[in-house]
Amino acid sequence: MKTGKNLIMDVRNCAAQAVIAHLGRAALLAVTVIPTAAVVFIIFFIAKEALPFFENLANVREFFTSANWAPSRDTDPHFGALSIFYGTLMVTVGSCAVAVPLGVLAAVCLTEIVGRKTAQFFKPIVELLAAVPSVAYGFFAIVVFAPILQNHGGALIASAVFFAGAPVAAIVALPLVDVLFGRFIKNGRLRRAVEISMSAVAVLGVGAVAYPLLSLEISSGTNALNASIILAVMALPTIVSISQDALSSVGRDMREGSLALGATRFETVFKVLLPCAKSGIAVAVILGLMRVVGETMVVWMASGNSLKIPEPFYNFLEPVRTLTATIAGEMGEADQSTGSARYHVLFAMSLCLLLGGLFLNGIGQWVGSGFKSRGK
Amino acid sequence: MKNTISNILKTSAVAALALCGAAAWAETKIVIDGSTTVGPISKAFADFYKEGHPNVNITISESGSGNGVKSLMNKACDIANMSRFMKDAEFKSCVDKGIRPVAHVVAFDGLAVIVNPKNTVQALSMKQISDIYTGKISNWKELGGEDAKIVIVSRDTNSGTYETFNELVLKKAPVAKDAEYVGSNGQARTRVNTTKNAIAYVGLGFADDSVKTLSVNGILPNAKSVSSGKYPIARPLFMFTDGYPKMGSDVYNFVTIHLSKEGREIVSDLGYIPVCE
Repeated sequence: MKTGKNLIMDVRNCAAQAVIAHLGRAALLAVTVIPTAAVVFIIFFIAKEALPFFENLANVREFFTSANWAPSRDTDPHFGALSIFYGTLMVTVGSCAVAVPLGVLAAVCLTEIVGRKTAQFFKPIVELLAAVPSVAYGFFAIVVFAPILQNHGGALIASAVFFAGAPVAAIVALPLVDVLFGRFIKNGRLRRAVEISMSAVAVLGVGAVAYPLLSLEISSGTNALNASIILAVMALPTIVSISQDALSSVGRDMREGSLALGATRFETVFKVLLPCAKSGIAVAVILGLMRVVGETMVVWMASGNSLKIPEPFYNFLEPVRTLTATIAGEMGEADQSTGSARYHVLFAMSLCLLLGGLFLNGIGQWVGSGFKSRGK
Repeated sequence: MKNTISNILKTSAVAALALCGAAAWAETKIVIDGSTTVGPISKAFADFYKEGHPNVNITISESGSGNGVKSLMNKACDIANMSRFMKDAEFKSCVDKGIRPVAHVVAFDGLAVIVNPKNTVQALSMKQISDIYTGKISNWKELGGEDAKIVIVSRDTNSGTYETFNELVLKKAPVAKDAEYVGSNGQARTRVNTTKNAIAYVGLGFADDSVKTLSVNGILPNAKSVSSGKYPIARPLFMFTDGYPKMGSDVYNFVTIHLSKEGREIVSDLGYIPVCE
């Protein structure tokens, strides 16, 4: 009758259990405190090592306003990081431009368009992208993608512009016909004909824009475009998977209400579901963004690491350098023992990255809390 | 299950004892510090030397040539690796502290300037290479090649290779701003192999058939042209000791490995050029 005996709780047993429960709680609390403490210590340490650099005001001004980066010279070193900040910004914007539309549309497709089974087939595959080590992406960028960009870059960019732009142009052309001619053309068949011809004109227009890109020559395949695309692929799993969660948390009532009111599937997705899920999607984008900003190995290998602000400033076909790549690249020679400016400037960069990350994280939290309360 | 655990315990106890024994037995210690370029040679020499002398404990740090001298003058190391000769001030502070630095040239380091095999340019002068890397020449046309923009590939500023190139070719002038930086000799070679208009420099051991090695001032780099001093982008690599080491001592043995057949093989396997044939 072992079990029967255990059911009777004597006082001593009870006290022991209370102690154990307290101990357990304390242990778990300690485990939770460790990562928190780690974060605090990291922030503290980076700030401590960065401050000596910021103490010199001339340094600070040069750091944010000059593009003259020559930290290794014994005499007259320069710490102008403007081009490096710009490179980080450029790569981030570029990869967002690729990853956000792709990721959100993929999430829409997986939740709204295809069936459950197909979605369950594709989702793990997309998430697998997150498991690929970043150095493998970097290796791919330098060995496979860079030569492709160099040899067929024009054709690649032209077809990307055409295939991404043509459907958008065709779709935009339709309501345009409504707005422009809706009042004059009442005949349904005539209107259909006008709509089709307008769409065709729009597609041809995109073609006309894309055609000259065919002859584009890319002299170096490791550039901002290469890094942006590879980083976009790396950010995709985050964006797809969190957007998908946000979309599927939109209630069935919204979906059915919209359809019952006679809205098409397209209208339901773009006018009801996406606005409802927008804070969740914003969180997805911010998390994807943080992955892009913090990535080091890929940009170190794929971006070319040149210290120039591209000319013109939107030229994605020129090499750029990011903050993370600079830290990785300069770390070894930065003399720690003498406490040189070259060493502290790298921590100044880390601090800027960290503050940027905290800022993004804060926005994410703020937007996310809105998303949660509305989801319920 | 119990058996396995006790086995593990026994094995680890034996291992711990063995470690203690080894530590107690290792009587001589060689501490090496300095250049990241000479570091790999020291490491390979150390592995080789430990095979024959298991009781010698060799620690190697790579903190740069400048820190190597500092360690030597503070008696923190026995051998200072340097990819350059000591500066006057360094030499003087050594002597002031009672250290008499003796240089041992262990190898030569030669850099090959490489371009894509499709490039029609065969030879460049030091001046031309310097002009390319400082941005004064930006088109292959100016060098007798095709009308195409030169893609400048440089090693990262961390590397000894960059330092050598910057000192010997650019005379410490800043590299052009649109130069690309890569993290290793292998990556530099890959970039040149796949990029038609690229130029790069790599350690001599990395210049293979996938790229075209240019002659500099009319001389192609090879073991002979480097060790004879004819090829201009080359430098000696040093190990400095305090006085000439006592003959027969472990330090003496270590700084003379490069003269042996095995030592020469190690040096050329690492892509450097042995001092003697």
